Amino acid sequence: MSGEEHHAARVIPDRIPNRFRQWQRWEVLLLGVGILIFLFNSFASPYFLNPYNLSDATFNFTEKAIIAFAMALLIIAGEIDLSVASIIAIASTAMGAAAAAGAGPSTLVIVGLAVGLAAGAFNGFIVTRFQIPSIVVTIGTMSLFRGIAYVVLGDQVYRTYPAGFEYFGQGYVWWVFSFEFALFLALAVIFGVVLHLTVFGRRIYAIGNNPVAAQFSGVRVDRIRFILFLLTGLMSGVAAILLTSRIGSTRPTIATGFELEVVTMVVLGGVNILGGTGTIPGVLIAAFVMGLVTFGFGLLNVPGIVMSIFIGSLLIGVIALPIIAGKITRRRRTA
Amino acid sequence: MRIGRDLLLGAIVVAMIAGIGFITPSFVSPANLVGLFNDTAILIMVALGQMIVILTKSIDLSPGANIALTGVLVALVNAAFPDVAVPLLMVMAIAVGLLLGAFNGALVWLLGIPPIVVTLGTLSIYRGLAFVASGGTSIVGRQMSPSFIAIPRTEILGLPMMSWFAIVVVAIFAVLLRSTRLGRAFYATGGNPTAAVYTGINVGRTQFIAFCISGTIAGFCGYLWASRYTIAYVDIAGGFELDVIAACVIGGVSIAGGIGTVAGAVLGALFLGVVKNALPVIHVSPFWQLAISGVAILGAVIINAGRERRTGRLILKEAVAR
Repeated sequence: MSGEEHHAARVIPDRIPNRFRQWQRWEVLLLGVGILIFLFNSFASPYFLNPYNLSDATFNFTEKAIIAFAMALLIIAGEIDLSVASIIAIASTAMGAAAAAGAGPSTLVIVGLAVGLAAGAFNGFIVTRFQIPSIVVTIGTMSLFRGIAYVVLGDQVYRTYPAGFEYFGQGYVWWVFSFEFALFLALAVIFGVVLHLTVFGRRIYAIGNNPVAAQFSGVRVDRIRFILFLLTGLMSGVAAILLTSRIGSTRPTIATGFELEVVTMVVLGGVNILGGTGTIPGVLIAAFVMGLVTFGFGLLNVPGIVMSIFIGSLLIGVIALPIIAGKITRRRRTA
Repeated sequence: MRIGRDLLLGAIVVAMIAGIGFITPSFVSPANLVGLFNDTAILIMVALGQMIVILTKSIDLSPGANIALTGVLVALVNAAFPDVAVPLLMVMAIAVGLLLGAFNGALVWLLGIPPIVVTLGTLSIYRGLAFVASGGTSIVGRQMSPSFIAIPRTEILGLPMMSWFAIVVVAIFAVLLRSTRLGRAFYATGGNPTAAVYTGINVGRTQFIAFCISGTIAGFCGYLWASRYTIAYVDIAGGFELDVIAACVIGGVSIAGGIGTVAGAVLGALFLGVVKNALPVIHVSPFWQLAISGVAILGAVIINAGRERRTGRLILKEAVAR
């Protein structure tokens, strides 16, 4: 038993039950943190437990969470995409240009998705064709994509979008449930099923644990990597549609810093940044935790930048505490 | 082979300067070139700190936030106590920076948390603390003491102190990485951590030291930044960490660790500095800057990818890459 504990940090894929238990514990811990934050907020502010307010609060994490689902798959496969916020910028700029040329809402959606896909394909192509670490590639495309948005827009703003386009970011499906929130839940289910119940999902874990072994087992590693970059680009395109529709304008600075929040969400959700482990339910809980923190602190008039101290500490703390606890128990056991 | 790479990049930088000088002769005037170097001095220094971290197979996303926090802190102290000597403030900036870097390093070393996660967290924390410290306000030039602003601008032998700081840091790094045990340990740690352990190198501690150095330089540059731009507030050096990493990548520092030279990192930083300073001169909108640096990063990594693969370190990886 204690022997297994020592190996807990190095995940061995043929010990699925053990690993499964380990990460289940993580999600329970995170859920506990989420419930604590929820209770704290309910007591701290009388405005918190209000369906309309809570509904409004979902807007500040749904767009990022939608990207986070795809990012989770990518990180589990041992890759990362830091260009997602820049993909939003370039897709939003393209939509703004299309709207200025007189495109209708459905055309804009196609433009947004297509630009997202194209950007993802570009990332995936460079990573798989030249075998370069994705972190470097996407730091490059992060500059390139946002750079193109700057070249097109400069200090200008796209402000006019056609009637009907505002539904995606501002519309409600039923009562207080926004279109964004419904889409977020639907995508959570889809990504959960794909990752946890399909052969494709198992292959993602296989690649993340050992790409060479996966290759020798007949998994087309580079093809799956490429698909995951496509998927992340596509979800960034979706987020671009939602965000552009919600705020109704496009500047080259749109969504600045989203990439770090998305990665934070994924890592907070228990996905190992080194690849190989992680679950969609974990990311879902992390999205709610980050949303609740932002919303609850907002009600208490805590400035956004101070919340980032809390989010940063949460990120490190949630990872550090189990490690410290493990060290203490191990020491006690050996003593 | 690495030196050949540095020569190539050096030739590109010189060719760029010469080309722009051909269109606009004033660009290559000594005064303008000094200004160009001075303008890039902070990027050069922080890029060198980052390079050491990357050499050890880590990454530091927090230097921008570190600069903001230390910049705000020294500016606050300077505004509140104008009589405190500026060299003392520099020591303070270095100490604060070292502390912030050591915190990163300790989490990586003692708890084994991946560096990207640690510095992603501290990036938010440090910038948040800068906001708390400044109360959301800016410390502007008229609140700073004259010597606080003047010292990096003081010229010695025709070069401002700012540039001399960069030159000294470059010299220290050149000696450190080439001729000291610690310097070689950085390469060994990133080149092959397992082999490094067998040769008696404490890999975790080496990474810790790398983060301390990176933090120390960022802290010192926090003072320089506040002084140079005569303003300190929460958003200074926003996104600077990416410029820094870009400079390293363009300079041929391998993100996989173990590969990189001082000359490369300096030239990478100069490349970005030349692009930034040249665009207005040749009447290209400065909005092109980001796209150009993106293309440069991608070009550099694609060129390097071919070279690094031939080193034969990863035999099985070749089979995957086929």
